[in-house]
Amino acid sequence: MDDLHDISLAIDLEREAARIADTLKEQVRHTLRKRGLVVGLSGGIDSSVCAALAVRTLGAGRVFGVMMPESDSDPESLRLGRMLAGALGIDSAVEDIGPALAALGCYERRDAAIRRIEPEYGPGWACKIAISDALSDGYAISWLVVQDPDGEQRRLRMPADVYQAVVAATNMKQRTRKQLEYYHADRLGYAVLGTPNRLEYDQGFFVRNGDGAADVKPIAHLYKTQVYALAGHLGLPAEIRARAPTTDTWSLAQTQEEFYFALPYARMDRCLYGLNHGIPAAAVARAAGLTDDQLAHVWKDIAAKRKATRALHFGPLLIEDVAEV
Amino acid sequence: MTHIAAHQPLDEKTVGDGIRSFIVENFLFGDAQAAPADDASLIENDIVDSTGILELVAFIEDTFGFAVPDAEIVPAHFDTIARVRGYVLARAPGGDALGIRAA
Repeated sequence: MDDLHDISLAIDLEREAARIADTLKEQVRHTLRKRGLVVGLSGGIDSSVCAALAVRTLGAGRVFGVMMPESDSDPESLRLGRMLAGALGIDSAVEDIGPALAALGCYERRDAAIRRIEPEYGPGWACKIAISDALSDGYAISWLVVQDPDGEQRRLRMPADVYQAVVAATNMKQRTRKQLEYYHADRLGYAVLGTPNRLEYDQGFFVRNGDGAADVKPIAHLYKTQVYALAGHLGLPAEIRARAPTTDTWSLAQTQEEFYFALPYARMDRCLYGLNHGIPAAAVARAAGLTDDQLAHVWKDIAAKRKATRALHFGPLLIEDVAEV
Repeated sequence: MTHIAAHQPLDEKTVGDGIRSFIVENFLFGDAQAAPADDASLIENDIVDSTGILELVAFIEDTFGFAVPDAEIVPAHFDTIARVRGYVLARAPGGDALGIRAA
């Protein structure tokens, strides 16, 4: 039972919140020399916990929330973001990035790429990307799921250039959001807070120079299970704590495990924690509700994603060090 | 770019050379010295990633004239040059004549 206890992921929530606040305050005030924090609010658990931690650290008067819906966003994201800003008592702005994305050709470029494999794709259709089942012995290949105006869905294989074109176009969403977060940060003399949890940070589940860009990332060391626990401790609204994680990037509803992770977060957390702490496979498999063989696939998938996304964490590479800076 | 003429008979050497040449040109900046051994894992040795596998599949389809079913895009067929070669010889039109069948 000791092994199972080890995978409970329980932490001293008050102590952790205090530790994050102490470190974050030091980082903002002394390391970055900024006067507050900008947080993009998606209505999801990670950004909500980060905003609450920012308020605990600096006070509501030094935290600015930005909600950035676009044409494919779930309206719930904006509603919950507004609710959170109200509950925390922070100033906030709604920036509709739909027109900017349309002007950049985000939607048209994406749809043109999709039409190369589904010529009928257009108004009334919807899409999402789904990754292969990581519990099976295959490659982590992404598939395009399209839904026609009658509601019928089909899964299509994307040639590499179509896949890359679709992803490149949709990445404009995260990068446009970051552009606006930095606009408000520059305007206010604030730093930008990035909201990845450990699972996302470890597995490269972010867009380089998009949601991956930030000055501080105060929950990147916390497993998602711990983020949910912290949300309860910080008294976040029940609706936000109960909401299922979503990418909120595609016009068809999509869970994060469908897009990227092998398993729902609670089980994924246990697999990652077990791997990170050298816990015997049999105990991890039992805690995550997997067979030994399935866990071997998940661990292999974790290692493969780490390798595939390693460069997302890099700063620009120089030919030689510039010692003066 | 690799060209295999339509009239060219498919044998192990032609197919293997075509696959190796594609990998060298597309994933290794043309550096033939860096070409993996026939039995070396393309993924484990950082030659290709999962997107690269899709490129390899498209190359196979375009070059050898048959469609690769989704269910057959698995390491058993695509993990090494030798496995890709065996798969192509078993699946390509005329490949059956060589008496090789894909798993």
